[in-house]
Amino acid sequence: MRVSNRRGQILAELLLTFMKIGFFTFGGGYAMIAVLEDSCVEKRGWITHDEMMDVTVIAESTPGPIAINCATYVGYRQAGLIGAIVATLGIIIPSFLVIYIISMFLDDFLEIEVIANAFNGIRLAVGILILDAAFNMIRKMKQRVFPRIVMVSSFVAMLLIDILAWNFSSISLMLIAAAISLALFVIDEGRMARR
Amino acid sequence: MIYLDLLLGFLRVGCFAFGGAYGAIPLIRDVVLSYGWLDDEALAYMIAVSESTPGPIMVNLATYIGSSQAGLLGAILATTAVVLPSFIVILLITSALRTVLKNSYVQAVLRGLKPCIIGIILATGLYMTASSCISENMLDMKAAIITLILALIMWGTRPILRKKISPITLILIAAILGVIAY
Repeated sequence: MRVSNRRGQILAELLLTFMKIGFFTFGGGYAMIAVLEDSCVEKRGWITHDEMMDVTVIAESTPGPIAINCATYVGYRQAGLIGAIVATLGIIIPSFLVIYIISMFLDDFLEIEVIANAFNGIRLAVGILILDAAFNMIRKMKQRVFPRIVMVSSFVAMLLIDILAWNFSSISLMLIAAAISLALFVIDEGRMARR
Repeated sequence: MIYLDLLLGFLRVGCFAFGGAYGAIPLIRDVVLSYGWLDDEALAYMIAVSESTPGPIMVNLATYIGSSQAGLLGAILATTAVVLPSFIVILLITSALRTVLKNSYVQAVLRGLKPCIIGIILATGLYMTASSCISENMLDMKAAIITLILALIMWGTRPILRKKISPITLILIAAILGVIAY
């Protein structure tokens, strides 16, 4: 009985902690790392600082937002599969509720003239924010020839796809880049082996 | 069927959303444009709303699109679908496949994927900025000037303030400029 009580307590704590994180982090992404570090490492000691670093690195190589990756990882470590589900739900529920409520009113909201004008300005800011995200990633990119070539050619290809409205998805572009990189690696390895 | 479309569309986004908060935007744009769920303008509004509300942008967009297309069930399906791939991947990694990421073949795939995503994000940002400054094949002067001001604020103030303007601040400034200009 005591064991299941403790388990229930851990699950409740996971849910509440990640709901709090989910509610107070705006914009997502790297803004969340500091908050996650504070709650999961410093305050609760759920994972070590090194593990947090590992999760960050893994998050960069796996799909999905880092906050969700981190919640899944910490939840799994604390209470297995159920823990992973509870922690992940915890981080999603706040934004789900906020956005769901907004989605019911946004259209009416946009019919107010002042709001519509404000959103005309906001639309222009979004393009700038996306560009800024790309510039930051370019700055952190490995300064080698291969990634640069891939970056520039996928940039040109994507721009052409957009401008000419080609029916070619960005996922196909990513698969091509991955295939080329893998092929080059295999060829390179073959050459090394023969030597 | 809309529920199946939402599920499959956002599973696809969830599987390929490498590259942080903005990495998913080109993918979501692909999906919503191809199904005709949102146009570029509505998508830009929603990105701004997602930036200004709690939670990861990708999850917020999924919830909104699901809800606007098919109500509460749509919202739940789209949100679940977009999160599911990363959930499963992390479970696999923590339980058994941690070494997979160190595998040199996996590394080779990631070496190709990452710069490609950067190129795609760059192109999407440029295209969205340029297309919102053009209306009916003419340069929209008001929009172009506001864009220029915003770009200056974003990248020009950095050396002076020694700090980056936060996305929410930029969105607020843009909203004020929008009210003044239109």
